[in-house]
Amino acid sequence: MALVLNEEQLMLKDSARSFLDSRAPVSHLRELRDSENTDGFSRELWAEMADMGWPAILVPEQYGGLGYGYTGIGIVLEETGRNLTPSPLLCTAMVGAAAIVKAGSDEQRESLLPAIAGGQHLLALACDESPRHAPHEIATTAVKDGESYRISGRKINVADGHIAETFIVSTQTANGVSLFLVPKDSGGVSVEPFRQLDTHHAANVAFEQVVVNKSNLLGCLDHGLGLLDYLLDVGRTGASAELLGLAQEVSARTLDYLKERKQFGVPIGSFQALQHRAAQLFGELEMCKSLVLKALQTLDEQAVGDPELASLAKSKLGETAHLAATEAIQMHGGIGMTDDFDIGFFLKRCKILDNLYGDSLYHLDRFARLRGY
Amino acid sequence: MADNGTFRRETRDWLEANCPESMRQPYNYEADACWGGRNCEFQSEDQKAWLQRTASRGWTVPSWPKEYGGGGLDLAQAKILKQELARINARPPLESFGISMLGPPLLKFGSEELKLQHLPPIARGEIRWAQGYSEPNAGSDLASLQMRADDMGDHFIVNGSKIWTSYGDKGDWMFCLVRTDFEAKKHAGITFVMFDMTTEGVSTRPIKLISGKSPFTETFLDNVRVEKNQVIGEINDGWTIAKYLLSHEREMIAGAGILASGSLPVSEVAVRALGRQNGILSEPMLRADIARFEIDERCLALTIERARDEVKAGVSLGAVASMFKYYGTELNKRRYELLMSVSGQDALQWEGGEDGLGELPKKWLRTKGNSIEGGTSEIQLNIVAKRILGLPG
Repeated sequence: MALVLNEEQLMLKDSARSFLDSRAPVSHLRELRDSENTDGFSRELWAEMADMGWPAILVPEQYGGLGYGYTGIGIVLEETGRNLTPSPLLCTAMVGAAAIVKAGSDEQRESLLPAIAGGQHLLALACDESPRHAPHEIATTAVKDGESYRISGRKINVADGHIAETFIVSTQTANGVSLFLVPKDSGGVSVEPFRQLDTHHAANVAFEQVVVNKSNLLGCLDHGLGLLDYLLDVGRTGASAELLGLAQEVSARTLDYLKERKQFGVPIGSFQALQHRAAQLFGELEMCKSLVLKALQTLDEQAVGDPELASLAKSKLGETAHLAATEAIQMHGGIGMTDDFDIGFFLKRCKILDNLYGDSLYHLDRFARLRGY
Repeated sequence: MADNGTFRRETRDWLEANCPESMRQPYNYEADACWGGRNCEFQSEDQKAWLQRTASRGWTVPSWPKEYGGGGLDLAQAKILKQELARINARPPLESFGISMLGPPLLKFGSEELKLQHLPPIARGEIRWAQGYSEPNAGSDLASLQMRADDMGDHFIVNGSKIWTSYGDKGDWMFCLVRTDFEAKKHAGITFVMFDMTTEGVSTRPIKLISGKSPFTETFLDNVRVEKNQVIGEINDGWTIAKYLLSHEREMIAGAGILASGSLPVSEVAVRALGRQNGILSEPMLRADIARFEIDERCLALTIERARDEVKAGVSLGAVASMFKYYGTELNKRRYELLMSVSGQDALQWEGGEDGLGELPKKWLRTKGNSIEGGTSEIQLNIVAKRILGLPG
């Protein structure tokens, strides 16, 4: 497949950009923060996104979806990344939808996919138990009890954990790892929400002897590790797309500033010391664009995904977006370090996305391991 | 496209039948590359056959029009051919500045007569070209070049010297920038000319590099007669041609940053040399550097692929080529720093190493020129800053 967007995808990109520019620019995030919104996102805006069909992008047409695939949802995430727009898109419309499409039973698909497509049902992948991402180290257990399982354990930093109706929980079962769909109102589930440094919210979620029916098992019993890795790779690719939008926008703002801001009687962008850094960053962003598109197309083309490419993208994007955001603050000088100015929001969001599903160092290591060294 | 499947099958079958076994492995030594030319000494019958067979199909220049010796392939077919060549690790049948540098501007700006005169011999590997751009006092500031061409009616008489002529002593013809207007502003008085290097008054002298080798020469022109019908574009408008050619040269150099098909990845070389401990490369710091390098290497390959998918075949990437040139050459320097680290003290012998030729340290030293030749990294960053990012000054 050619590494370019097709007509349909270009239209999706244009409509996403114009919608977000008018309805959810960066000032929208500031308003959420200043009004101390405890959801960390606007449910009204989410309803509009659902009207645009975004949560339906990954859902097959037979369940009321659009079937635009991973490249489609990635394009929209790149645009929300550009505007730092908080929404359940990544966790529900990408990772959540992928989980049910990929591994859901007929019953699970029928009950969840139409609701996901309509934006009425939110999901969260609960997989981390330690401050640094280590998804294969799972202490949470699911013990068989007749026709049910009892789940006990604690998941931390669950993205969208504060709003999810259903958790996808990684557990140890008798002979391996299994994933379960756990409704938030099940007895024994307690959600401790908190605000993150970027104004988005998340939660720590404790499971105390939570009883779920065996029909809540997602995928195969004891063989859930492959599914978990696949879903994480989907999330990593989505986070990379969001980081790509973020990095491009923060660089564009910085370039504008370099052309406007005058010192010593000339625009500071005429200084070679800054020009060369801006040019180097341009090169890195071009690399990131190719990488994200390739990673998204690969998810659409290969049923099992490409773990090496997902780690490559997450590592490179985490690093490059961080470079773009820190260069932005430095090149904006004094105003760049003020709260009144928006540029700092980009660094904050970048830090969250970098940590989500493993930071750039985690993925540098994973990339090398997957390549056998 | 419906018939691209057929094209792929036919291409695969043809390659299977016509690409000699010995041409299906990466270059080991410089002499493994075939540069053609009047004085070409083929290393083997296979090398000769591989060039002749591909040239007969126009596949030394797959996307050039057939009437100029090309294969007449469209973008999709050219990509398929490239993939199929890579699939069997086929060596390029011909390395050529005629193809990578002169061809594109000649196709775009040259008269029909000049195209028919020069392009087919380039495609067949019969004429080897040299580049006359830099001068002792015109390096990064190329447009300040002083080689003097005096107008004698139907021809010029040219005097002066060029420097950093790649394989100048092996070139049959030279394309060359000369000054034809001495009053005009520096970019305005330049003309793009071509001449046979056996013309009286042309001489070369090799320049020995830190690698111990001499891939470049100085080239001296002493009252050399150059015909006016060997000008590409208009007299005094040579800078337009010069810049267009440079963007193609830079794309070519950028490709050096990508692993040649069939060569071992740096990580593989490292694992073979150093081994694993607990399943990972036994040198953790080196491992992290190698991983970062291999990530960027893949990024560059994907980005070159994307750029080619975005533009029509044969269209120059323009200023973006500067970004590729910068990225590719810096990457190639990193590759050889890492390979030197992997080999450690084994890489320190000038005549040593596995092959007894000290190839690795010589290649490492040669890469230091990558970010200088074809325009320094700093010049490329200037071009990106001004022409792509629109920064002032």
